[in-house]
Amino acid sequence: MKIWSKFIVCFLVIAILAGMVGCSPKTSEPAAPAETTEQPAGAEPEQVTIRVLTMQQAGYPVEVVNEIAERFMADNPNVKVETEFVAYEALHDKITTAMATTPPAYDVVLVDDIWYAEFSNAGYLYDVSDKITDEMKQGIFPSGWEITTVDSKVYGLPWGIDGMYFFYNEKILKEAGFDNPPKTWEELEEMSQVIKDKGLVEYPMVWSWAQAEASICTLVALLFGNGGTFVDEAGNPAFNNTEGVEVVQWMVDSIDKGYTNPASISYLEEDVRNVFSQGKAVFAVNWGYMYQMANFEPEESIINGQVNMALMPVFKKGLEKGIETATINGSMGWSVANASPNKEIGWEFIKFMTSKPIQDEYSKYSTPAWQTSYEGENLEKLISYSEANKVLIPNYVKQIPFAHVRPKVPYYSEASLALQLALQQALTKQKTPQEALDEAAAKFTELQEKYQ
Amino acid sequence: MATNSLRKQDAKIGVLLVIPSLLIILGITLQPVLSTLYLSFFETPLSKPSGGIFIGFDNYLNILKDKVFWATIWRTVYFTVVSVGIELILGIAVAQLIHSHPPAWKLLRTCLIIPWAVPTVVNGAMWRWIYSADYGALNALLLKFGIIDHYIAWLTNPITAMNLVILADIWHSFPFIALIIQAALASIPEDLDEAASVDGANALQRFFSIRLPLLRSAILIALVIRTVEAFRVFDIIYVITRGGPAFGTVAISFLTYFETFTYGHVGKGSALSFLISLFTLGMAMIYIRFLYKPEESRL
Repeated sequence: MKIWSKFIVCFLVIAILAGMVGCSPKTSEPAAPAETTEQPAGAEPEQVTIRVLTMQQAGYPVEVVNEIAERFMADNPNVKVETEFVAYEALHDKITTAMATTPPAYDVVLVDDIWYAEFSNAGYLYDVSDKITDEMKQGIFPSGWEITTVDSKVYGLPWGIDGMYFFYNEKILKEAGFDNPPKTWEELEEMSQVIKDKGLVEYPMVWSWAQAEASICTLVALLFGNGGTFVDEAGNPAFNNTEGVEVVQWMVDSIDKGYTNPASISYLEEDVRNVFSQGKAVFAVNWGYMYQMANFEPEESIINGQVNMALMPVFKKGLEKGIETATINGSMGWSVANASPNKEIGWEFIKFMTSKPIQDEYSKYSTPAWQTSYEGENLEKLISYSEANKVLIPNYVKQIPFAHVRPKVPYYSEASLALQLALQQALTKQKTPQEALDEAAAKFTELQEKYQ
Repeated sequence: MATNSLRKQDAKIGVLLVIPSLLIILGITLQPVLSTLYLSFFETPLSKPSGGIFIGFDNYLNILKDKVFWATIWRTVYFTVVSVGIELILGIAVAQLIHSHPPAWKLLRTCLIIPWAVPTVVNGAMWRWIYSADYGALNALLLKFGIIDHYIAWLTNPITAMNLVILADIWHSFPFIALIIQAALASIPEDLDEAASVDGANALQRFFSIRLPLLRSAILIALVIRTVEAFRVFDIIYVITRGGPAFGTVAISFLTYFETFTYGHVGKGSALSFLISLFTLGMAMIYIRFLYKPEESRL
């Protein structure tokens, strides 16, 4: 009996202690930062490892990010950069989970524009406002700074000012008897009917309408192209007004009429690229990275040399209102974790990663955030970096001024998921577009009130 | 007396030897459980776990009042019942087949381990490719055999998507049940079967009246393990559908994930975790109540 009593007492003590440790308030406040200390003259610099979290999807491929990291390590022999790649859909949750510990699992993270408000509000990101040089301030697009700035504080360096573009298969379009891409979505429907009638492809259009942020990106492009808007001037949801409902109804109809590949309801950007690259679609909407891979990489595509880009079409209603084109601003930024013990090295890394020479050199995968890259001789130099840039960069210059942003609110992820659900319910005909969008708008308003 | 004293001495040494590992196991199990329970009484954002507001049982009450929660529970129950039910029937059938030692039965038994050995995430990715509307093997196969005349977008209908996720789960998990049942079948004395055969029982009668009752304990183990696993399903859904279309494949663990990591509602996520634990505990108790017979477990 004695031994059992001792056992029970021991166990309870340990369990209570463990429980107290577990229940004691964890903090995301930054630990006393272990800034890079000044080394005494002649001393070997301390070896430091920084962990970088980024995505393996649109933008720079894995090998490019690793190549840039290698170059940074060559310049900074005392630094080891460990990169980790996840799908875009997993990036937000991976960051929030990593930031719950001190120090966080990552020193440097790639942040989408829609998360800056949430992450800065949560204290996850290092305020780098006083580190921004005049050269950076003046050289990078103001729209880039809008991405990484929250309440006048800068939380990262802009990277890959990108938008969704309209891609088409020039060869199939010509076979269908059209020399130019459509300027309106109605015109695209007419072309699609001809393409179908001639049996060139079964579904002329493919989209990324899966239950993911990609569907919201395409919705924004369509919505603004119909003269609609995501939120009104007061910040209240406006996507459920007449223009929004018309757009979602058009999406549903385009599947019913067989113009849009019905699998689009389950497709992400990479699925769109794969289907389009197999010559199974004539039109596609995707990020800029698709052009290089679909048109120039034989191991990635069977339609090399057939791909072209054009301004994103709009609806006739939008055109009548004077809207020539509309797309989504899908830019991102590199940021340093506020609780990282290696903030200064992290800052040096993101400075290197987003520097003009690096962004110019790898521009075929992601268009640079530096406006000076598109000026005068720099523009010619930028175009000369790759064959893809000859088409991508001129399209970028024309398209990006018409790129629209999503609301910058701390509850965006939750609001977006409600809208993703609404879209899916409308596309799968569980609800009418009006019912579905009204429910999403009600959720948006509920969150708005909660956070106020 | 001497034997008794020796036994007591052995027992003491045994307890002393087990204590450290037991404490570690209980410590690391209990700590998160207590922590989760504590957090479930707070409205706690993920970004500031220390900044929660005590709200008592509000998280639990709000969850129980939420129709999304109940819709998700029924969806999870459907997933669990259908997948575990089919896995059990398939598992018993395959185990019986192996037990009858057909030609190459050893090879069959080895092959059976392959789906189970494949990591769930890999399995999910594989089935996502198979179900792909434009480049999936399923469409290609059905088209080749003339069952369909054009490619079908399988994952765009919530009900179809759910059943296809179940199919992927069955392929992955039924070998586990088959192996447990096959091991149990091997332990049943053959003379029972032979005696029944002499008495004129046919194969079906021998199976249902002799072998199946003796398999009760093995079935119980397989059912408890698989039901708990199926009820907590997450990874295969995450990879194949990410809960879509229209939340049609969101199971309860996936809802907990959304609440905790996407919305950052740690308190509500913790309460959901506790409710999942209660549901799974309840199911395990029901199984034990109806299936566990101590006298048979000694066989």
